[in-house]
Formats: sequence, structure tokens, C-alpha cells
Amino acid sequence: MSILEGLRLAVSGLLANRLRSMLTMLGILIGVSAVILLVGVGNGASVAVQQQIQSLGSNLLTVFPSNARGTGGVAQGFGTGSSLTLDDVTAITNKQTAPDVVTAIPSASGRAQLIYQNQNWSSSLVGTTQDFPSVRNYQLASGQFFTSGDVDGSSRVAVIGQTTVTNLFGGNDPIGQTMKVNGQSFRVIGVFAPKGSSGGFNNQDDTVVVPITSAWNYLLGGRGRNVQQIYVEATTAGATTAASTEITQILLDRHHISDPTQADFQILSQQDVLNSASQTTGVLTLMLGAIAGISLIVGGIGIMNIMLVTVTERTREIGIRKAIGARRQDILLQFLIESMFLSGIGGLLGILIAFGLSPVLPLAVSSLPAPIISMPSVFLAFGISVGIGLFFGLYPANRAARLRPIEALRYE
Amino acid sequence: MITLEGVTKVYRTGAVEVSALKGISLHIPEGEFVAIMGPSGSGKSTLMNLIGCLDLPTSGTFILDGYDVSDLNEDQLAWIRNRKIGFVFQSFNLIPRVTAMHNVEMPLIYAGDAQQREARALAALESVGLLERAKHLPSELSGGQQQRVAIARALVTDPAILLADEPTGNLDSESSVEIMKVLRDLNDQGRTIVLITHEPDIAAFSQRVVRLRDGIIVSDERRPVATQAVQ
Repeated sequence: MSILEGLRLAVSGLLANRLRSMLTMLGILIGVSAVILLVGVGNGASVAVQQQIQSLGSNLLTVFPSNARGTGGVAQGFGTGSSLTLDDVTAITNKQTAPDVVTAIPSASGRAQLIYQNQNWSSSLVGTTQDFPSVRNYQLASGQFFTSGDVDGSSRVAVIGQTTVTNLFGGNDPIGQTMKVNGQSFRVIGVFAPKGSSGGFNNQDDTVVVPITSAWNYLLGGRGRNVQQIYVEATTAGATTAASTEITQILLDRHHISDPTQADFQILSQQDVLNSASQTTGVLTLMLGAIAGISLIVGGIGIMNIMLVTVTERTREIGIRKAIGARRQDILLQFLIESMFLSGIGGLLGILIAFGLSPVLPLAVSSLPAPIISMPSVFLAFGISVGIGLFFGLYPANRAARLRPIEALRYE
Repeated sequence: MITLEGVTKVYRTGAVEVSALKGISLHIPEGEFVAIMGPSGSGKSTLMNLIGCLDLPTSGTFILDGYDVSDLNEDQLAWIRNRKIGFVFQSFNLIPRVTAMHNVEMPLIYAGDAQQREARALAALESVGLLERAKHLPSELSGGQQQRVAIARALVTDPAILLADEPTGNLDSESSVEIMKVLRDLNDQGRTIVLITHEPDIAAFSQRVVRLRDGIIVSDERRPVATQAVQ
């Protein structure tokens, strides 16, 4: 018996019980569309997170002090040490020793309590130098950023983010206005263009940026001239590893540390963050796929169940076919093709449904990232659905093929 | 055509052994129309299963059209059933969800004979006078017509013997005569026919009546005037 003949038999067998065939297909259909959609949602989430991280600048490196150690060597938390200085920043920007670094900026941060007229607002405060916008990918919406002269002279000037503007100034133009920052008067000279959330906890648009010297002198009282982070812009995203090596060498030399494992600083690249985020979303995608995969298996068991019923129902037919010369393999093939056809068509319909639903899904559930359907997941889901037909059809088909013709013919 | 030599069949149900056939020797030459008769429990169904290659004898030899069937495997038996034997059952045993045409075609599908399948199926239907019903489902045909479709299916592979197991058992007397005349005609054209029945007036269509009782042959009579007996 040819495959084509087997297909013809399978179709006629399935059409004989339309409702039942459709319900059985539904199991596979739901499983396949769930796999494709959920893996798509996972991919969508992964891409969204990557875009957010890349918006920070994928060629960005961050240097932190190592964790400060209290008495007995108890670590006091990430970045709590105070080993970095402004001179370190200057050394890192040296073109001779660090050719892969474009520029570096220090950052001293804290909270800023802002007052303008009768408005009160709390933002995050960053003290830094004039290269901040280029290193951190900030654009100015209006006004200008402070200059090196402002940094050298500890000018009382500030550049603020959109969220801060909205909450503190309402509809007024903040440029040229004077506000109180932690009780000190600062003039607003620029406003950043909106940047969006970084995917972490802090809103990058709710910020006040001032010259680092001003922050030290007037705002972060009592903490000394302490650099909490150094942001380094590498020449390209690919050069971050080389830049990281150069920075490590410079800082080890400057801090007189010979053993790199004892370094009093840590370097984190956006690439590292990206990698760990990709890993997390990868696990998420896998988990979603696995959950959907379970429904595929349930669908497969449905197929097996129905095929067993079908074989029992058609015992007599199997007897007739054997009496007129069907071999074991002919019967096996007939029922295998039938179950694979069932799951294959279910799979195809599932793919169509998944494609149909993927643009609608974010409209229905707004917090869901737009699914990105990957072709491998489509092929895999279809392959698995046909495979499930084969696997779960094998037992019923084999049972049919092994029926003895005399007994099958006698079956009522 | 068919030679059975000392054929026995023992069924084992749990610890109990039942001897259904206790040594049958029988020769049926080509072109003969044989009726095998006997009351229920006489072993005639067992004999029919053996001759139909649906089952194998416990001992003895069975030669069908030159093939020693006693030691064939399952696939070889399927081949013999497909090529050498045409079955006609009491309950017609047509597949209900496909047309008469497709039912008749079915043995050719398993024979792997793609060529002229349709033509041969139509020719078989024509030979039983049902050409115009080719596209009908079995449920749309009368009992007699269904049995004629079954005969067409049995003939389509041009088998060595036609094995009819109580072919009129489910039919009224008019249809019964109609079916027996079809078989009679086929025999006149040279087809070997083995008929299993317990009705004497159906057996009367044959040339030879073999009677079974308790698993052995009790009589074997040739009646050359069988046809006249009905008319």
C-alpha cells in the first residue's frame, strides 16, 4: 500500500467522525499555538530588555569600588568602598595607556530634595563632569550642559530630567530658574530629552545633574571627595573587553596592587549586563515553552485515546482488510498516517492561529511584550506535533496491526 | 487445487484443549463447486478458516494452488489470502464508509496493483450486474446487492478459489437464490467454489457435498445433477 493510498484512507477515516477528529485536533492546535505564542512572548521580552540596556550605550563600562570591608572582613555591600578618585578618572582617559577609551566621567550620587516656589520634589542627584551627556547617551531638550569651567569653579548650576521638570515646574519653562537643592540655590541651565526607564528600578528621567565639585562642596556633605562610580565610554561596543583590561592595569598600578584578585575596584560592562539579562530572559522563554509543551503532550495523549477508540470501533474493518490481504504493515501504516495526519493538521492550524493571535495579544494584555515569532519555534512546534502523532499513534496502530483476522472478523 | 492431508486443529482455552478437527483429508480439484455441511460445532467454521488461510492447522498438510500453506508466516498468508482466495461472508463484511467501487478495489490496493485498478474493479462489478451502483455506499444497497458487491470484491484479484461462508445466511429466499445463481454462473465459467452452509437447499446448488460431524468427514457425495434439482 502506498503512502498516498494510506493518506486517502486516513482522510476517509477522519471524515467518518468529523466532530471527534476536530476535537482531537483542537488539543494539538492549542498546544502548538501555545508553544509558538509563549516562546514568542519570551523572545519579545528578551528583545525589549536588550533594547533598554542598549539605550544606555552598549560601549559603556562602569567602574565601582570594591565592597568596603568592615572589621573582620565583613563585606558591606556592593560599591560601598571609597577607593576611586578624580585622578583615577583623569588617568583612565590617558590615550597612551588606554587607547580603547574615548572618555570617562566620575559620578557621585545621592538624593536631592528640590524646592521651586511652592513645589517640592525628590530626585536622584548625580555629580559629574562635562562629558556626562556623551558617555551616558543623554540628549538635551533645551538649554545647555555645564562646562569644564563650571566643574573647576564649583558652579551652582544644574541640568534636570523631564520627570523632574514636570513635577517641579509644572508647565513653566525651567531654564534660568533658580531652585533649592538640599537647601542650596542652583540655577537650571538645561533640560534632558526623555530617555525612558532603564529596565531597572530608577527612572532615568527623574534626575538632577550638577558639577561633581558642586555636589561635593554643597550637597553631599560629610562624605569627602569620593567618586562612587566611573563611567567609561569605549571606542566601540567590541572594544569594551580591551578597554576593561587597560583600565584594570591603570587602576592596579595607581592603587599599588600587584595581585589582580585583591583589586579594590570592579569593572562592569553593559555587555555583561546584557549577557546576564539575555540569560534570564532565555530561561524565561524556555520555561514558557516548556509549560506550553506540556499542553502538547496532553494533546498527544488525547490523540492516543481517540486512536485506541477508533481501533476498537474498526476491529471488524481491520479483520475484513486482513482477510482480503492487508499485511500487518498495511494496517500499521493506515492508523499511523491517520494519527499523524490528525496531529499534523492540528499543528498547521495551530501555527496559523499563533500568527493570527500574536498581533492581537499585546492589545488584549497590555503588560505583555509584543510576541516575536521565531521561525525555528514554528518548525520545531510543527515537527513535534507530527512526532507526537507518530509516537502516540504507534501503540494504537500496532494494536490494530496485531489483531488476528479470525477474532477481528467475529467482533461485533 | 486444494489438498488437505490429515489436518487437525486443536484450540487451547486456558487448560482446556478442544479438538475442532480430528484429521481431515480432502481433495478439491479445479473447477469444482463443493458444499461443506454440518451442524454447528461440527468444525466447518474451523475448516473454512483453514482453507481461507486465516488460521493454520495444528498438524497435517494443506496445499493450496501448489503452495504448502502449513508453514507460511503471517505476511505470506496475507499474500495468499490476497491472491488465491476470494472471501464471501455471511454478513457481507463491506466497509460501510466507502463506496461499493472502493470496497471492490480494496484487495487490489493491498496487492499493490495500481494499474487498471479502476477498470478491474468496474469489470468485477459488471460481472455481478452492479455496475450502475458503483458510487453507492453499502447502506444504500439491498442485502442481495451488498452480497453481490462482496462477490465482486472476492473476484477482483482473480483468485484460485472462492470461499463462501453461509453467503445466504442473512438474505431472504429470493435474494438467496439470486446469489446462488451468481455463484453457479461463476462455477460454470470454471471458478472453484467452496461453500460452507447448513441449509440443504443451498447446498443443492453444488456438485459435491462434504458433511462434517465432530471434526471428521462423515460423507462425501458427488451430485452431478445439482442444477436440475433446483429447477
